[in-house]
Amino acid sequence: MSAQPRLAVFKFASCDGCQLSLLSLEDELLQLAARVDVVHFLEATSRIEPGPYDVALVEGSITTADDEQRIQQVRRDSKFLVTLGACATAGGIQALKNWSGSEAFVNAVYARPDYIRTLETSTAIADHVAVDFELRGCPINKYQLLEVLQSLLAGRRPRTPTHCVCVECKRRGTVCVTVAQGIACLGPVTQAGCGALCPAYDRGCYGCYGPSEQPNLVPLTDHLRAGGMKAEAIATALRSFNAYAPAFRQESDRLAAEVAERESTP
Amino acid sequence: MADQAATCEAFAAELPRWIAKGDFQSLIDRLWELGYRVIGPTIIQSAIGYDELRRVDELPRGWTEQQSAGSYRLVQRSDGAWFGFNVGPHSWKRYLFPPQSVVARAERQGDWWQLHDVPDDEPAFAFLGVRACELAAIAIQDRVFLNEHHTDPTYQRRRERALLIAVNCTQAAPTCFCTSMGTGPQCSAGFDLAITETADGFTLEVGSERGAAVIEGLPIRQATADESAVAETERARAEEQISKRLDTTDIRNLLLGNLDHARWDDVARRCLSCTNCTLVCPTCFCHSVTDVTALDDGSIDRVRQWDSCFNAQFSYIHGGVIRADVRARYRQWLTHKLASWIDQFETSGCVGCGRCITWCPVGIDLTEEVAAIREVPS
Repeated sequence: MSAQPRLAVFKFASCDGCQLSLLSLEDELLQLAARVDVVHFLEATSRIEPGPYDVALVEGSITTADDEQRIQQVRRDSKFLVTLGACATAGGIQALKNWSGSEAFVNAVYARPDYIRTLETSTAIADHVAVDFELRGCPINKYQLLEVLQSLLAGRRPRTPTHCVCVECKRRGTVCVTVAQGIACLGPVTQAGCGALCPAYDRGCYGCYGPSEQPNLVPLTDHLRAGGMKAEAIATALRSFNAYAPAFRQESDRLAAEVAERESTP
Repeated sequence: MADQAATCEAFAAELPRWIAKGDFQSLIDRLWELGYRVIGPTIIQSAIGYDELRRVDELPRGWTEQQSAGSYRLVQRSDGAWFGFNVGPHSWKRYLFPPQSVVARAERQGDWWQLHDVPDDEPAFAFLGVRACELAAIAIQDRVFLNEHHTDPTYQRRRERALLIAVNCTQAAPTCFCTSMGTGPQCSAGFDLAITETADGFTLEVGSERGAAVIEGLPIRQATADESAVAETERARAEEQISKRLDTTDIRNLLLGNLDHARWDDVARRCLSCTNCTLVCPTCFCHSVTDVTALDDGSIDRVRQWDSCFNAQFSYIHGGVIRADVRARYRQWLTHKLASWIDQFETSGCVGCGRCITWCPVGIDLTEEVAAIREVPS
């Protein structure tokens, strides 16, 4: 083995977009390749070496019994395990089935539902094994990924902010879409990292990076409702790529329970 | 900067001058010819913000806005006024104290590091349309960045070279409370030039030698008595329209003497801790500095970025976060802005511009928070 750290990339239930961020680092890729030994990365190379690995980048959520086992082996083989993206850190969009069971989804989607063996839930990697660092996003920001890898190489903590998207809007000079246009935006409760992309194009934040540090969701959803947005619509907005992240899940459950109660009242 | 205030007073004795709207482009052209980068109000994403300006038709002519707590809407005017609006989402802070900058760079030289300054190559700014509250805000940031203990080189270079063309407000938003803070609405000091808009043109006051030099040879004449009187009426309207008040009587002791007031719990339930109030504030100066390493380990950029006391991690020191909940962070912001700022800089940190009220996504109004504490002190 060379003296370079051995890097492995693993995929679970996901779209592959996050691990492709590594390949999207076009300008930095050669420099990065000079500092790490990529020994397992199915999207990029047919070279497949067994562990142990110094760093494992794990994409995707756990949705099958096989994957429940496989992640245990990845953990055993890896010194430092980093999860990438909303699927791996929160269960992903596929965690929507956690509210309604997988049978309806399987029957609706697959021509031969009997071929499918899946768990009832889609869960984050950290629900199964110890995770050393979670990198958020749907998809992740490739420069944040680079920062994580650099910090590992340098032996320091990654500097990925945990504050909300509003900070990035203000730094880039974006005018608040909620205040100036009345657009519903999850920016005040969503972790930064995307560079506040959507509000710069007059769209509200979709919450792709999951809850920010200590998000205060109730006053935000109260305010959205005071502005005429229905509780159902707010719950739907919270239930997207990071639906099962605890802070978003709890608030969408609270709103959904209110709606259910209202509907059951004659 | 103190010299500038004194010079302003010296020039104040002079009669105002007059520039017709049809000739105003010549002033902008002159600024560019002199090497200034002109920044002024223009419509950006459904609001009146500040950006580079080359032609008068980039000004938000014929536009105004409706502001209230948590809401801002652009509205068309019937009179086509050029500066018929109040302060918006941006402030001049982003030009004098940029949101992100590389303040130093280190390069590896074998087994040691060579530290370099990073020169700021931004040309001199000419700010067109600085309001009275904003002149006050710049004077406050001068105390922060240019005091006897610390001088910030980026701020100093940009500030000393900047030309300030003030505009007197001729209307007020419901969120304005400059009269409570003693900062406006009339521009009285700290500008190079100050204009007041009337239907056909602007009365113009010169506030410095530099201001006088800039307008030399432009189609500018003495204002007539009538023109001066109309401008005076326009300025008076702004003051009449100001409805919001902040009672600042003994405010330092009021706030610092009520650190356990129940209102802090109340506001913590409403506050998103989203940082918007601090980042739109023209005086808030908090920032963080991080060393960003190059991939080949050959160099390090020391990057400064705007940060905020509303970020939990901002109060992280070795071992933990000092202000661990929203209550502690809102209280820190308000007591610093209105109370301990006075101890630190011998001035309030608030100029009464109302940005923190308008741009709070849930409409928290600091004047109401202070009033609630004043009403029933603990």
